[in-house]
Amino acid sequence: MKRQADMRGYLFVGQRHRKRRRYVVGILLFLILLSVVLFSLVFGRTVYSISEVFQVLTGRIVPGASFTISELRLPRTIASVLTGLAFGVAGYVFQTLLKNPLANPDILGVSSGSSCAVVVCILVFHTSQMTRSVVAVCGGLLTVLMLFGLSGQKKAATTRIIVVGIGLQAFYNAVISYFTVTGDQRDLPEALRWLNGSLDGVTIKQLPILAVVVLVGLPLTTYLGQRLCVLKLGDELALSLGVNVNLTKLILLIVTVMMTAMATAVTGPIAFVSFLTGPVTNKIMGENGNNVLAAGMIGALLVVIADLVGQFAFPYRFPVGVVTGLIGAPYLIWQLMLINKRGGLNARA
Amino acid sequence: MKKSSYVNLHNKMEIKLIVIFLLLLVIAGFASIFMGVKDITFGNAISALFTHKMKSSLANSIIHKRILRTFFACLCGGALGISGSLMQAVTRNPLADPSILGINTGASFFVVCGLAFLHISTVSQYIGLAFVGALVAAGLVFGIVAIGHQVNPLTLILSGTAVSIMFSSLVTTVTLVRQDAIDQFRFWQVGSLGTVTSQGMTFFIPIFVIGFLVAVCCAPGLNALMLGNEVAKNLGVNATIINICACIAGIILCATATALAGPIAFIGLLATHCTRLLFGADLRKVIPLSALTGALFLTSADVIGRLVSDSTEINVGIITSLVGAPVLIYLARRTKVQAA
Repeated sequence: MKRQADMRGYLFVGQRHRKRRRYVVGILLFLILLSVVLFSLVFGRTVYSISEVFQVLTGRIVPGASFTISELRLPRTIASVLTGLAFGVAGYVFQTLLKNPLANPDILGVSSGSSCAVVVCILVFHTSQMTRSVVAVCGGLLTVLMLFGLSGQKKAATTRIIVVGIGLQAFYNAVISYFTVTGDQRDLPEALRWLNGSLDGVTIKQLPILAVVVLVGLPLTTYLGQRLCVLKLGDELALSLGVNVNLTKLILLIVTVMMTAMATAVTGPIAFVSFLTGPVTNKIMGENGNNVLAAGMIGALLVVIADLVGQFAFPYRFPVGVVTGLIGAPYLIWQLMLINKRGGLNARA
Repeated sequence: MKKSSYVNLHNKMEIKLIVIFLLLLVIAGFASIFMGVKDITFGNAISALFTHKMKSSLANSIIHKRILRTFFACLCGGALGISGSLMQAVTRNPLADPSILGINTGASFFVVCGLAFLHISTVSQYIGLAFVGALVAAGLVFGIVAIGHQVNPLTLILSGTAVSIMFSSLVTTVTLVRQDAIDQFRFWQVGSLGTVTSQGMTFFIPIFVIGFLVAVCCAPGLNALMLGNEVAKNLGVNATIINICACIAGIILCATATALAGPIAFIGLLATHCTRLLFGADLRKVIPLSALTGALFLTSADVIGRLVSDSTEINVGIITSLVGAPVLIYLARRTKVQAA
């Protein structure tokens, strides 16, 4: 009897330990993100002091620094944090829902669906940012519908969903190529820049819609993250534990698709962010527990750092999507090897 | 008696089908010569073909370019068709195709690197680099799959797509360094038949012939392998040699086509499935006939790409993806996998 109590004590100690560790890591992540954001405001072609940055942020006018920071660097940094949050959360939620580290909006063609819609907007209809965002959301949601519709059956195998997604992606890419070939040469640079995922030329006017969606979506997904943890155990068990499985899945999918689509409408598809965040988050925070917020922060961190690297590490200024692509591609292969070694892609990862 | 008459009937049907396909290919070829952004009259074309005397030198040069292009389309389609059926046979996977396995993009990436960093210019260098890239990509894909314990059709496709995504994002990166060459960028992303030279053809024809012969020689062995490694061994087939030969033939054919035309997707998948649907699963028939269907598909796609819009041509890679992607989805729906 006593022994049993001891055991339970040990168990709780372990649990408390893990919980404390999660909080510590979470706070650390937040602090790192904050300092990187600050760094991205301070650092550039001309380096300003931190006090100057604070002066500008509090609304005082500092000659020179005011324009650079509030017109150029601040929108860019805000945009990268917001898109990073959106892509990170979406990637984590997708791969946890579908129980496969490869299932993320990029590979499933959801981002391609949004991109395709936006490219048509840019090249054919020359629409405003607002319309682009709405159309991107429609494209993303339509793709998710097609994805699950075409995969057939009530409980479609994740691998089948992924292959269907790959097919959809190929189709969308062909459509995108079609419009870039036939489109007006004058609009082409904008479309191509956008397609590579770039933060160049982001203005403060583009951000409010994205900000609203992310700031509503983030708490919502974090709240539902509790249920997501339970869903990991399997639909039946989750149901018996009192989770409304279908509703939770539906809300999570719609919210994350909206976040991805809005972010895509502003910056274009930034490659691999949604793929990279999932495994990294699970590694840092541990696989159990509500990691949604952490995933968002890691995504934001990734985008901000990748953008800094792309701007200043090379003689040529690379768009952020290229940097994340360069990091993400080998990581994808490595991940694939790991998964395969662990017992096939069909296994629950 | 009855059986043999059935076989006769069947053979007659098949011969009819083959003749129809050949006719269609000839029609598509002629359409490809006459139609385009600038239409050419039949008389002009004939006189250009046979007399070498033309009133307008412009029409003359157009026709010669188009004839070259048409033959190139046939060869390219044939090569990709054979490559597709070899890949499907070797991997025993109905979804395999050089483009889905990332072999196309691997070749494309190496050529782009050669262009950007090594300043390659000759056709042989293109083809060599493309071959190395295709080998690397194939090695990566099969390596990833070989690590795993269980292999199901979709595992291979996933690994292939991952490799393909990786290479295509690398291609984008390399081409972004030189933004002046946006057209080239597009070429190495989707593939087009318009840039072929006669020099390229002189390299392509012998490689095509060798690849074709190797593929046909491998066909009986591959047929036996379809029954499983054990059975094939009992039938006196050396599985390793056959697989390696078939693989290398497929990779060479695909790499050469990619070096000259850029990555053209889905032709292998479409041609092989169409052929198998019409002529059965016997690889001795499927391999040569998928060359025919591949040629037919690619030539038609090229013609369609030129007819769709008035002012520019649509790259053939776009057309093949638009048709091929839904077919891939359809096939993925049919493939049986255990529910995860």
